[in-house]
Amino acid sequence: MERRLSSPAIDLSGSPARHRRERVIRGLFFGAAAFSVVISAAIVLSLAGRAISFAIDVDPAALWSDGWFPRRGLYDLRTIVGGTLAVTLISMLVATPLGLGAAIYLSEYAGPRARRWLKPVIEILAGIPSVVMGFFALAVVAPGLVQRVWSAAPLFTLMAAGIAVGILVTPLVASIAEDAMHAVPGSLREASVGLGARRMTTSLRVVFPAALSGIVAALIVGISRAIGETMVVAMAAGGTGGAQGFGLLHPGQTMTGAMASLATGSDQVKGAALTFEALFFVGMLLFLITFALNVLSERFVRRFRNRY
Amino acid sequence: MATAAHDTATVAVERALRGRRADWRGIAFQAALLATLVTALVILSILIGDVVREGMPVFRERGSDFLTGNLSSFAFRAGVWQGIVGSLSMMIFVVLLAFPLGIGAAVYIEEYARDTRLTRLINANIRNLAGVPSIVYGLLGLAIFVKALGSVTGPGVSGRSLISAGLTLAVMVLPIVIITSAEALRAVPGSIREAGYGVGATRWEVIRSHVLPYAAPGILTGTVLSLARAMGETAPLILVGATTGFLGTNAGFFQSLQERFTALPIIIFRWASLPDERFRALTAAAIMVLLSVLLLMNSVAIVLRNRYDRRW
Repeated sequence: MERRLSSPAIDLSGSPARHRRERVIRGLFFGAAAFSVVISAAIVLSLAGRAISFAIDVDPAALWSDGWFPRRGLYDLRTIVGGTLAVTLISMLVATPLGLGAAIYLSEYAGPRARRWLKPVIEILAGIPSVVMGFFALAVVAPGLVQRVWSAAPLFTLMAAGIAVGILVTPLVASIAEDAMHAVPGSLREASVGLGARRMTTSLRVVFPAALSGIVAALIVGISRAIGETMVVAMAAGGTGGAQGFGLLHPGQTMTGAMASLATGSDQVKGAALTFEALFFVGMLLFLITFALNVLSERFVRRFRNRY
Repeated sequence: MATAAHDTATVAVERALRGRRADWRGIAFQAALLATLVTALVILSILIGDVVREGMPVFRERGSDFLTGNLSSFAFRAGVWQGIVGSLSMMIFVVLLAFPLGIGAAVYIEEYARDTRLTRLINANIRNLAGVPSIVYGLLGLAIFVKALGSVTGPGVSGRSLISAGLTLAVMVLPIVIITSAEALRAVPGSIREAGYGVGATRWEVIRSHVLPYAAPGILTGTVLSLARAMGETAPLILVGATTGFLGTNAGFFQSLQERFTALPIIIFRWASLPDERFRALTAAAIMVLLSVLLLMNSVAIVLRNRYDRRW
C-alpha cells in the first residue's frame, strides 16, 4: 500500500493546451449552429417593425376595398390572399396526382434499373429555376394549354401560373412522398403479398396508409412552397390587383406577386408613404402562413419517422 | 406412370394458381403511375425543346458575341456577360460564407450537440428556415444589408449592391447546406469515430481526420446543389434591388462589389417581361446559358454521389 501511494501519480487529464484547443473549436462550431437562430430572429425582427407600423398607419377600410392598388392606397387583402389561394389550389391539383403517382411508381413498381433512369428526371425537374418555369408558363402553358382549352382566356391568367407552379412543386411532393413510402418496412409488403394481395392492393391498401403521415407532410410542404413561389406568378399571372372576382381565367395578383411588383417599383410612387411598409406587411403574412405549414408538416414527418 | 400423373397435377395446380386471368385494374393502375412519370418527362422535354428552339437562332446568328456582350436596350447587341459575372461573383459569397458556416453548424449538430432543449430548438429552427420562401429572405436582405448596413455594403448606390445580394443568397442557402451536410455526417458509422477515440484522438482530431474525410463526398454533393439553387434564384435579388440598367463604372473587382449589380436570372426575368418580340429569343438564349451552368453543376453532384456512394 505504502509503495503504491508513493508512486508518482499518473496525470490522465491530458495536456491543457489540447483541452483549450478542443474548447475553442467546439465554441466555433456552436457559434455556427447558433447563427441559424440569429437568422430567424433577424427575419422576424426585420419584418415585424415595418409590418406593425403598416398595420397601425393603414386605414382599416383600405384593407377591405376594391382591389390591390398600392399606388392609390388600396390594400385589399382579399385580392392577394384569394389570388394566392387560387394559384395554390390549381398547383396542388397538378402536383398531387403527378407527384404521388411518380412516388408510388418509383417506390413500389420500378426496379433498380428503372429507378436509376427515372429518378434523374425528377431531380432535373427539381433543379429548374423558377424564372425558367415562369418563361415556360408564358411561352408554352398559357398559349399551348390554357388558351387552347379556354379560347377566351387572356395570356396572363392565374390558371397558367397555377399550372406552372404545380409543375415546379411536383418533384418536391414526389421526393418527400417517396421517402415516406420507402421508409415503410418490407415486412409489411411481404405480409400483404403473402396473403395473396396484388401489387396494386399492396401499394394502395398497405404501403400508402402506412406512409400516410409522410404523404400528408409532402402535400403540406408542396402547399407551402406553392404559396411562397414568386417568379412564376410575377411573370405569368399578370399582376393586376383589380377585383374581378377570383376568376381563374383572369389575370390576378398573389401575395408574392404583389411583393415583387412593390419591390420592382412598378407599384412604387415617391411620396406614397405606405408602399414600402406594405411590402413588409405582406412578407410577414407570408412568413407566418408558411411557418405554420412547416410546423404542421414537421409534426406529420415526425410521426412516420417514429413509427418505423 | 406415377410421375406423369404427378406432372399433370402440378401443371393443373400451377395453371390454376397463375391463371390466365389478366389483372386489368392492376395493369391500368401501373400504366397510370407510369403516365405521371412520362408526363414529367414530356414536360421537361417540351420545356427544354421550346427554349432551345427559340434560343438557338441567337447563338447561330451572333455566336459567342451573345455571351460576351453587355446589357443593352437594343436586342441586336444585348448580351449576358454582366449577368454571368454578377451571378458568379455572388457565388463567391455563398462559397466563402454559407459553406463554412453551414458545414460548421452541421458538425456541431451531429458531432457535439447532446439532445438538449437548445439543440432541439436549433434543429427545428434550421428545418423551418429551409422552408421559408426565398422572397422573405429578400426582405431580410432589404431590411438589413440594404437599409441598415447600406453605408457599408454600397454607399454610392444606397445599399443595393452586389455585396448585399451575395450576403442575402448566402443566408438563404445556409439551412440547405446545414441539412445536407448533417445528413452526410450522419451516414458515417460510429465505429469510424470509435476507432479514432480508441487511439487517443480528441473529438476535433477524430472529426478532422476521420469523420470529415468520409463525409466529404456527401457534403460536396449538398454544397454543389445548394450553389445551383442560389445561382437560379431570382426573387430575393429583385427585393435587394437588382437592375438591368446602368451598372456603374468598371473600376475593378472590389469596387464593383459595392456597385449596382445584375444576375443571369434577373436578366431572364427582365427580358421576358419586355414587349419587344426580339427579346423573347434573347430570353430563351439566356435561359440556355443558365440551364447549361445549372445542369453542369447538377451532373457534377450526381456523379460525385454515385462515385463515392458507400455502403457501410
